Amino acid sequence: MSTEQNYAIKKVNLICAKGAIEDVYATLVMGNGAVMEGLETNIFFTFFGLDAIVKTRMDKLHTGVVGNPALRLPGGLRMPSLLGIIPGMEAFTSWMMMGQMAKLDIPPVSEFMDLITAGGGKIYACKLAMDMFKFKKEDLSEHVSGILTIGEFYAHAGGEGSQIIFT
Amino acid sequence: MAQKTYAGVTVDFNEEGYFTNPSQWTKEIALEIAKEEGLVLTGQHFAIMEFLRNKFLAGEALSIRSINHSGVIDVKTFYQLFPGAPLKKATKIAGIPKPVSCI
Repeated sequence: MSTEQNYAIKKVNLICAKGAIEDVYATLVMGNGAVMEGLETNIFFTFFGLDAIVKTRMDKLHTGVVGNPALRLPGGLRMPSLLGIIPGMEAFTSWMMMGQMAKLDIPPVSEFMDLITAGGGKIYACKLAMDMFKFKKEDLSEHVSGILTIGEFYAHAGGEGSQIIFT
Repeated sequence: MAQKTYAGVTVDFNEEGYFTNPSQWTKEIALEIAKEEGLVLTGQHFAIMEFLRNKFLAGEALSIRSINHSGVIDVKTFYQLFPGAPLKKATKIAGIPKPVSCI
């Protein structure tokens, strides 16, 4: 018990660099979980992960249906990659996934961010990726606390019992 | 399993300090446990704990999201009422098991 306490995680810093449903939700579930445990929480969105904090895109994420060998059809059979190129397949699969998550009381991205920020979790955007994708501050959701360089992110991430997790 | 006396009643707890028998819970007991956690309970605390207890007794899963649908308080207020880990703290004081939900 005492050793467990000595090494307890006190702060969680998550980096999300990809924008598919499963990438973003992995980050949000871990981030919200940290907030719920009373841990200081920073989430840094970069590259395609920026889609999760861009107002017009955050609630319209998709999951990849081509080149995703873990994707299975209802019933458990593997979904052949070729099926993924059928028009509408990606939208349909994404809709199915969101439906499954909603059944487990997992909220849409924007509502998830409401929960995280309500508990004091902080959401940040990567400056370099913002420049690269030509996003402006106004494009970002109101959940975002700031646009950081990687150096500034590391400065935010410091402290005893702090962890940086790249999802 | 451990026992402790609050407000003159002997209460059964598990090793994490949660009630093993939610029917032993009273508001007087809640006030004393809250004091140990450094909290002074108000009507708002009791209203949301009643919501959590009812949900638990109905066999429904407790999540942080459900607080927003409680009609009692929003999540932000919940974090202010039970600072730190609110769902864990609130269920502990409300005399129900620790939630197993990840959200």
